[in-house]
Amino acid sequence: MNIFFQQVLNGLTLGSVYSLVALGLTLVYGILHIPNFAHGAFYMVGAYISFYLAGSFGLNFWLAMLCSAAAVAVLAMLSERLIFHPLRNAPALHDMIAAIGLLLFLEAVVQAIWGADFHRLPAPYTQILRFADLTAPAQRILIIVAAFILMIGLQIFLRRTTTGSTIVAMAQNREGAALVGIDPVKVSLLTFAISGALAAVAATLFAPINLIFPAMGHLVILKAFVIIILGGMGSIPGAIVGGMIIGFAEAFGAFYISPAYKDIIAFALLVIILSLRPQGLFPSEVR
Amino acid sequence: MKLDSRLEYGLYAALLAIAVAFPFLASNEYQVYVMALAFIWAIAAMGLNIIVGYTGQLNLAHAGFMAIGAYTVGLLTVDYGVPFWIAFLLAGPLAALLGFLGGLLSLRLKTHFFSIFTLCVGYIIYLLIEKWDTLTHGTVGVIGIPAPSPIGPFTFDNTRSVYFLVLAFLVLAIFVKRRIVRSLVGRSFVAIRNSDELAEALGINLMRTKVLAFTLSTFYAGLAGGLFAGFVRFLGPDLAREYHTFDMVAFVLVGGIGTLMGPVLGAIALTWITQSLQFLETYRMIVFGPLLILLVMFWPNGIIGTYTRWQARRRESGGAASAAKRKSKELHDEARANV
Amino acid sequence: MSEIIIETRALTKRFGGLNAVKDVDARIERGKITAIIGPNGAGKTTFFNLVSGTFPLTSGELRFEGEKVDGKRPDEMARLGIARTFQTTSLFDGATVMDNLIVGHRLRTRSGLFDAIFQTARLREDERICRDKAEEALDFVGLRHIANRLAADVTQEERKRIAFALALATDPKVLLLDEPAGGVNPEETAGLADLIRKMAASGLTICLIEHKMDMVMGLADHIIVLDHGVKIADGSPGEIRSNPLVIEAYLGAGHDAAA
Repeated sequence: MNIFFQQVLNGLTLGSVYSLVALGLTLVYGILHIPNFAHGAFYMVGAYISFYLAGSFGLNFWLAMLCSAAAVAVLAMLSERLIFHPLRNAPALHDMIAAIGLLLFLEAVVQAIWGADFHRLPAPYTQILRFADLTAPAQRILIIVAAFILMIGLQIFLRRTTTGSTIVAMAQNREGAALVGIDPVKVSLLTFAISGALAAVAATLFAPINLIFPAMGHLVILKAFVIIILGGMGSIPGAIVGGMIIGFAEAFGAFYISPAYKDIIAFALLVIILSLRPQGLFPSEVR
Repeated sequence: MKLDSRLEYGLYAALLAIAVAFPFLASNEYQVYVMALAFIWAIAAMGLNIIVGYTGQLNLAHAGFMAIGAYTVGLLTVDYGVPFWIAFLLAGPLAALLGFLGGLLSLRLKTHFFSIFTLCVGYIIYLLIEKWDTLTHGTVGVIGIPAPSPIGPFTFDNTRSVYFLVLAFLVLAIFVKRRIVRSLVGRSFVAIRNSDELAEALGINLMRTKVLAFTLSTFYAGLAGGLFAGFVRFLGPDLAREYHTFDMVAFVLVGGIGTLMGPVLGAIALTWITQSLQFLETYRMIVFGPLLILLVMFWPNGIIGTYTRWQARRRESGGAASAAKRKSKELHDEARANV
Repeated sequence: MSEIIIETRALTKRFGGLNAVKDVDARIERGKITAIIGPNGAGKTTFFNLVSGTFPLTSGELRFEGEKVDGKRPDEMARLGIARTFQTTSLFDGATVMDNLIVGHRLRTRSGLFDAIFQTARLREDERICRDKAEEALDFVGLRHIANRLAADVTQEERKRIAFALALATDPKVLLLDEPAGGVNPEETAGLADLIRKMAASGLTICLIEHKMDMVMGLADHIIVLDHGVKIADGSPGEIRSNPLVIEAYLGAGHDAAA
């Protein structure tokens, strides 16, 4: 029972992180019309900033996370203004290549500053929680709770405010999304900021039980791609559900199949599903 | 036209002469080694250009297929005692066969769906090579790959001789690609890049044509991989990593996307730029990343693309084109005057 | 009654729950100019996409020269002889007009990769045929003088003519023209109308979508009117002009029909 519970917990932890990353990716899709390949670099930069602030300055974990979210939000907005906005009328191939360029640049910068070694962010809470015969590391519970609070908050913002609903409409790629009275520049900047902040928060939450290194974003971003393809490009519920599916598939796959191949599971799932259904699980648009 | 093709052949001959003379002019063997490696990457990048540049499908699994070609040679020679040349002959076809199958699956997807799918395929190839250590030696890598065995009087036991071998394959690869891209087959590729909708309306079978382009591109990748194995003689799973694909995208873009010689020039130029800035070895992406971005923003046609456009405009008897330009300038001035 | 080349019966296309085209019966006569008109969102382009094989039919029947052709892909339709142009024409801007046109006749050739690598006689013959076809088409649309110009440097009106030439190079029987005069000035529109007449006179069947009513009324032999995916009228320009349903569809939709 406890072993099964541990896998559920693992699945929820992974799923929460993936969902946060995929959410940012899916929102930005509406503006770029391509998935942002640099999103994984935002995630990685977020982890490093938190690591730096908490490690070198001894900043409180939550404060470090906040600063990191703000910094990455600014970074994301800068990339929108300097790179993606000027390229908005270029062929999709150019956007994709530019995003790859940004990804390579950020990784190289981080590596130049902090080196290629692995780092670890000290966990703020190291207790083990017990309920009856079930045990749960506090850090995992923290990730899950924080991620869910953030997703609910985001959901309220996106559904209840005009700016939020514009972002949703744009993410779903609706022709002539109602931009009446709203500055499109503001919307796209805000979307990038949210997406960057989400990536930074996800990375910081996950960092204490994971390693920090320059290429840490690769696998996460690839899985986030898988998630938004499975969940439907631009779909917010799709990103959350898809994130959970991949999280659980990995947690259970690692335990019941083979830990060595756990990273392949998400990709194999994508390859199998897209091979059978090229339109994805939840077709949301004409491809 | 006649004059231009004569000029073109003259250019090719000059480039070939420089390439042949290079080992004798180089001040040390290391330079020859770097150049040969650049040629190998150029062959792989030419393959990538077939699918990305000519057909417009951003395949991000290219390094994976190069690794398949390389491991074909490495594993067959080291673990199974297969003679080098037999293993080498299998490298291209095996990569192309897997490319054909991968193409059938992936090319039903369009634009970024295809790119993400291939990125995942590339990652699967990398993870398989890394984890399946009973077959691939895993992270230890394949060590002690034999040098290409002698063909008649030619031996390939030193850097210079392998340089000429690689050069021969590069010339062959350029020759064959030139024929393909200038033929109706190549024109069909380009039609798909411009607009798959229009290409299909012109009676081009999208799936068949794209799979052909993909298979061809993976054949080039496999061939380059086979040469890589015989030249470097050590293989690790990292060869399949996506950053090698990104490197090749940079080669293609710098030289000129969708041009014959672009990837070759791009591979050579970027390899030497990285080499001459030694400190960049590890951090070359600090320069390459922004370079990619600036290129797509300000110079999307690359070296060769910019040149051919300029040449075509000049050739078009100046008159009409410059008249149109004058007209647009007049309109522009008029518009400004009205403001 | 002359010969019908394309016939649709109860042609229907649904996207999700929405009927983009519903139960359309249309007959397109060989050698004539048929225009499809209707307010924005009437389903005109969808109708073209169905006839050219871009979208599969939801239901109904599509016949070309008497044969059932529904379920065929666009490239198969093109090979049968249905060519089309799009509202915007994507050309390879880095190549000359001529180079852009050569691929137009590709569908009638058979040489493949082997022929390309070994430069076989078949390939050379095929390339000569394609080049000849492209030149012929370029002559027909009156653009021979810009054959060697970069596609990036042509005007909007020339681009429209190149699109016609591309379609002509496929050796079609029917040409589907989607807004052939979109985005060009009145003077150029008249020139394009003349060209369309010339194509019909050469024996081609023309089917076009157009918003410019003057052009349609002066050009078409037969007009089919769609509104909300349904055919509300068809007939000669005279009949259409006086049809109360048509007037209502245009005025009711608040559409400036005369624009």
